[in-house]
Amino acid sequence: MPIELPVHERMYSGHLACPGCGAAIAMRFLLKGLGEKAILSIPACCWSIIGGPFPYTALQVPVLHTAFETGGAVASGIRAALDARGDTETQVVTWAGDGGTFDIGLQSLSGAADRNENILYVCYDNEAYMNTGVQSSGATPTGAWTTTTPTGSPKPTRKKDIMQIMAAHRIPYAATASIAYPEDMVRKVQKAVSLPGTKFLHVYAPCPTGWKVPSEISVKLARLAVQTRIFPLYEVEDGVRYTINLEPVGYLVDEYYRLQGRFKHLTREALDRIQAQVDENWERLKALARIG
Amino acid sequence: MRRVLEGSHAVSHAVELARVKVISAYPITPQTHIVERLAELVADGVLDARFIRVESEHSAMAAVIGAASAGARSFTASSSHGLALMHEMLHWAAGARLPVVMAEVNRAMGPGWNIWADQTDSLSQRDTGWMQLYCEDVQEVLDTILMAYKLAERVSLPAMVVMDAFFLSHTYEPVEVPEQDEVDAFLPAWEPTEILDPADPHAFNQLASPEYYMEFRYKIQQAMEEALRAHDEIDAEFGRRFGRSYGAVRRIPCREGELAPLALVTTGSVTGTARVAQAALREKGTDVDVVKLKLFRPFPHEEVREVLGPYERVAVLDRNISFGAGGIFASEIRAALAGLDRRPRVYPFVAGLGGRDITPQTIESVVTRALGDEPPSDILWEGLKL
Repeated sequence: MPIELPVHERMYSGHLACPGCGAAIAMRFLLKGLGEKAILSIPACCWSIIGGPFPYTALQVPVLHTAFETGGAVASGIRAALDARGDTETQVVTWAGDGGTFDIGLQSLSGAADRNENILYVCYDNEAYMNTGVQSSGATPTGAWTTTTPTGSPKPTRKKDIMQIMAAHRIPYAATASIAYPEDMVRKVQKAVSLPGTKFLHVYAPCPTGWKVPSEISVKLARLAVQTRIFPLYEVEDGVRYTINLEPVGYLVDEYYRLQGRFKHLTREALDRIQAQVDENWERLKALARIG
Repeated sequence: MRRVLEGSHAVSHAVELARVKVISAYPITPQTHIVERLAELVADGVLDARFIRVESEHSAMAAVIGAASAGARSFTASSSHGLALMHEMLHWAAGARLPVVMAEVNRAMGPGWNIWADQTDSLSQRDTGWMQLYCEDVQEVLDTILMAYKLAERVSLPAMVVMDAFFLSHTYEPVEVPEQDEVDAFLPAWEPTEILDPADPHAFNQLASPEYYMEFRYKIQQAMEEALRAHDEIDAEFGRRFGRSYGAVRRIPCREGELAPLALVTTGSVTGTARVAQAALREKGTDVDVVKLKLFRPFPHEEVREVLGPYERVAVLDRNISFGAGGIFASEIRAALAGLDRRPRVYPFVAGLGGRDITPQTIESVVTRALGDEPPSDILWEGLKL
């Protein structure tokens, strides 16, 4: 259901993102969804740079930059301090990339989820370590080129299913979102902050530099990822109640893959295997939604 | 009020008296009693604080960094491998200038697995920007936690209160526990000026280019130098209020007003043993002055030169080793003395690693060797069984 996007902007112009950066767009929508009182914790990721060097900041909310693997723990500490000071209104948000979430930060994220800390954890996913020059992460999809999965040996395994991992913690709310669907994303941010406990948002945020695409097609790619069912939009409540937010028309994955330099080495057979994976994931998701 | 307390519980009571607001910790032997008691105090409502039970020591330090950044007086405790796992975040706490206090129970690093006293864990954190205070007994541990908060908040640097595994952490001693109102008067609530505040948003710990980074480091060094003075002031104020003070470097003379032919430098609970050995040696006609070193970071160079400079010989007893170099306190003391025109001969003894007991006999042996004809080589092992 479309909602009117809040008009306020809590990002200054002049940030340090590359042209077409999905992570910059994603941050803008996050801040539209958050209330006035919010604190961000940002572990090492592209946003450690995008946010601006000392003494500047691109954000109109307080930010605590922190070490790579600490997203869940630092937010827990901020929350505890606010609670101790009697401030229960301010939203504590971790804003982390896929490397800091799927890989090095998974332990502290799991710890925070296990304690059901009252925080919102947002992972903006550009499917590799982009800040360090495009190395493969646990979020890198099958067959993708990165500098550590070169075309002679592209990523052999599937993208780690972070949503299933988070659902398994039985946290109150987990949802996927995309920069191509701002109303959906802002609604999910608003819903997340209205709930107590640990909330997790997995936001699809294309990276033109790492994906080897023109900067103007970021949003188009994000939309195609949803439409091809590669990145479905859905919510999981209490780890068990699945709701699919959008029934994609179901383009074939080729539509999405052929636009990107990181997949240009893929053979017909490889693309067919990927299509089969996507179809299988989609059927599983639909089954989970039926049970929910 | 005088009570018989286990060393670990003396820490917990000090944390309670300091009105700490956020505690985060992960279990590791022999630190566990500290945080178990704190968890009870929080659960029972005795201590109005949040206890974050994290999944690792790395996260424990990350959580207290988050808490302190949002303005809460914060505490954690660790030991050995846990401290090593925290290492990265120790740099963050100091670089962010957060006055976090940690109780660190000195325990050996593996392999082989060893849960007993050894200082190599804390001394490996030497260059993180944390202040380090080594305690002799349970009373000193309790008092030092309170002083550490005052010191940390004065100079905006984190502080590590260091105590020996088992010799202090699991030993019961009679302890004078100060009254809450007396502690409140000594250690008022922390009122930080720069915290995460939605009403006044700033970015903390962000990218610092070569244009700025070095000056941040310079300021940490300045804060350490200020901490040397602040430590003495706070120690003296504590003495006025509570009747106990410890000093950064304290000379325990064999005979009042006289300089013995040898000064024996000790740290941690070994100082207590050295006091006993000193008395026994004196009976046997051997004079040795004991010099207790409490403050390791910031290192009290000037005071070390003043106290040790006049001696003919100085023996340093290190329950730690920097492989390829030797005992760490000895290295630092030699460096401090290097600028003197007339320097004592320094005998650097390594002993008691991995909890091997340092007995009065061990100390007598060290003293005898240092007063003998043995040349003061770069490392002298005491008590090796080869």
